[in-house]
Amino acid sequence: MSEKIEYTPFHPRWYRPHIPVFWWLRRRSYLLFVLRELSSVFVAWFVVFLLLLVNAVAQGPDDYRRFLDWSAGPGVLSLNVIALCFIVLHAVTWLFMLAPHAMVVRLRGKRLPAAVVGAGNLVAWVLASALVASLILG
Amino acid sequence: MEPFLWLLFSAGGVLSALLIPALLLLFGLAFPLGWVSPPDHAHLSAVLGQPVTRVVLLGLCVLALFHWAHRFRYTLYDGLQLKHLGRPINLFCYGAALAGSAVASYLLLAAW
Repeated sequence: MSEKIEYTPFHPRWYRPHIPVFWWLRRRSYLLFVLRELSSVFVAWFVVFLLLLVNAVAQGPDDYRRFLDWSAGPGVLSLNVIALCFIVLHAVTWLFMLAPHAMVVRLRGKRLPAAVVGAGNLVAWVLASALVASLILG
Repeated sequence: MEPFLWLLFSAGGVLSALLIPALLLLFGLAFPLGWVSPPDHAHLSAVLGQPVTRVVLLGLCVLALFHWAHRFRYTLYDGLQLKHLGRPINLFCYGAALAGSAVASYLLLAAW
């Protein structure tokens, strides 16, 4: 901090373009980007919801019944409707728009085209969902 | 550190995209709205009684939380232009993910 600051009569003006806080409302693609990023909030909410369910099941039938009643209340139900919309947005954009281009899958030394990776993801999604449903519904 | 966090983010993105839609559709909408009758307690308890179920759910919880932490951090950075608050934002995001992972481990492994 011992450097002497030399003042000159010429004052440099910073080039700082002003970006409004809500810059992402200006274009559909920007809005989609922010909505996709916000989907992570609902991913976190789902973890909370899942852990409450696990805890209720662990406590016994009465707590499980209470959890089911609580999840049918208007507040939790509407939150979950919104959450499901965001989760589906996340799943669709992640599995079919991002991953096919980001994942490099090679077969006999050749890179598989994005559409094939996307189709593989669709199969994986259907299988995972079917497994989850069959385990839960028994 | 950054590549490792990115790896957690991306693994969490895949796992939550594959598993959460079905789980949330059932427990968030289908059961509360009466579209499908919910499984009884004994059945769910048996499914969760399998160690493999709980390990998969723990993996989902931990990775999904770190997915949230990473993505939400950049949402705050870019969406609200808060990059100058980087340190508290990182503490909040990854701290919450760590705390949530600890709670998930307790509920799914220790307390079961």
